[in-house]
Amino acid sequence: MRGGRWLVRGVSLTVGEAEIVSLIGPNGSGKSTTAKMMLGLLRPDEGKAAIQSGLKLSYVPQSISIDWTLPLSVQRFMRLTGSVSKSAANAAMDLTGVDHLMQSEVRNLSGGEFQRVLLARAIARRPNLLVLDEPVQGVDFGGEIALYELIMRIRDELRCGVLLISHDLHVVMSATDRVVCLNGHVCCSGTPTAVAESPEYKALFGAHAASALAVYQHHDDHTQPDDGRIHEDDGTVSDVRGTGDGHHSPSNAGRAVVTD
Amino acid sequence: MLDDFFVRALLAGLGTALVAGPLGCFIVWRRLAYFGDTLSHAALMGVALGLLFEANISLAVFAVSAAVAGALLLLQRRASLSGDTLLGLLAHSTLAVGLVVLAFMTWVRIDLMGFLFGDILAVSRADIVTIWVGGAVVLGVLAMIWNTLFAGTVNRDLASAEGLAVDRANIVFMLLLAAVVAIAMKIVGILLVTAMLLIPAATARRFSTGPEQMAILAALFGVLSVVAGLFGSLQWDTPSGPSIVVAALTFFVFSVMPFVDMLRPGRSTVRALDGEPR
Repeated sequence: MRGGRWLVRGVSLTVGEAEIVSLIGPNGSGKSTTAKMMLGLLRPDEGKAAIQSGLKLSYVPQSISIDWTLPLSVQRFMRLTGSVSKSAANAAMDLTGVDHLMQSEVRNLSGGEFQRVLLARAIARRPNLLVLDEPVQGVDFGGEIALYELIMRIRDELRCGVLLISHDLHVVMSATDRVVCLNGHVCCSGTPTAVAESPEYKALFGAHAASALAVYQHHDDHTQPDDGRIHEDDGTVSDVRGTGDGHHSPSNAGRAVVTD
Repeated sequence: MLDDFFVRALLAGLGTALVAGPLGCFIVWRRLAYFGDTLSHAALMGVALGLLFEANISLAVFAVSAAVAGALLLLQRRASLSGDTLLGLLAHSTLAVGLVVLAFMTWVRIDLMGFLFGDILAVSRADIVTIWVGGAVVLGVLAMIWNTLFAGTVNRDLASAEGLAVDRANIVFMLLLAAVVAIAMKIVGILLVTAMLLIPAATARRFSTGPEQMAILAALFGVLSVVAGLFGSLQWDTPSGPSIVVAALTFFVFSVMPFVDMLRPGRSTVRALDGEPR
């Protein structure tokens, strides 16, 4: 087995090589706590969390703020926890669309820019396991889907395992191999399709949440749902088409549907 | 004018400044000014205990400061008092205990003012050796833990998750701080050790774009402060410690003047490049 392995409240989970596992759940359901236990930042009260030795880990924490008293350029931040070659740093920042910010001071970045720098730093390390806690916070919506696409691309290139924590059900469901739905315990898990159809998931997020996945499938089939809520989702997809931020061909954005 | 004692004081002061600057940067970044104060106040208890047990004063000061740092970490975990209350409690009670113990030792005649505010006349050859050897060890260890300590300062979770031994680096940093208190005490005095750590680093902040650069600049401003302060001290017969701190303060005040902005390295050019379309 490759990747992390952790046991939370009697439930065990693994992140394998080149696998994207998403943790979803309401606020306070223990998503971040689970990730932190896996990273060794918190000690589980019972059970254990283990990461195969020799693995290189990258972590994008949820909301971190940099003290303004720190003189810290983006360039220096990129090699914060270990040496990263200049070309790797440049390439990663190019991928996340912030390559022009290399010389900026970290404290002068906007929230969205900093989030992209955080992701770039994590990628530049060429990790075996990438742990992302709300990686698209503060990123505008067009960029959001592009970033999720990027995460899949990183996975394909580096063959790294990815543990993804996010509130954004739509994109999570489309960009994930396996979904684990937490609510103090593992309430359901499996492929996105299986999870979206499970009664536990519907009870937790409401019936409309199931459409999060459905939207992408509908979109794939080029059918237009007439439900009002789904219409909103559909709108976001066309947003992506409209922005086309240059990283990816826009037509892929909607088709980033689960492989099953 | 360069009497022997003055050269000794200068050497001691320079050694102190070179160590205090880089370490002081972390005091600034981690907001540990009051913590540094507490460690240095505890130094007087170290002096008293050192005299009582006829031990090496520098070693006694280091031991007591390190013990206070450890006590603080333990108390913070257990007690229901806030960090700053505990700091104040430890700072003043160790200072008071030190003074009381010294008063009891009627057979010991010491120059209390010298300990509190530094005394350039009291710097011996052995002190210089202590300062330079101790200082070299402190700087060497700091260089070894630099990356981990800095990454942990930026974000503890991030650094720790990516495999850096942040907690260990933090403990080593506390010990280094205790060592610098023991080293710097001789030249600037117990009550002003924190100033020696803090002010040059604060001055360096405005001119720095990176942590390493700030550490070097802080050492440099410390060196300038020591030279200016000691010459002033000799000239006007003022106590060495306060004179050095006044010199450091002068540099700081100069650094926050608006016109200094124009001297900042590469500032305007970097901005211009940033703004250019790619």
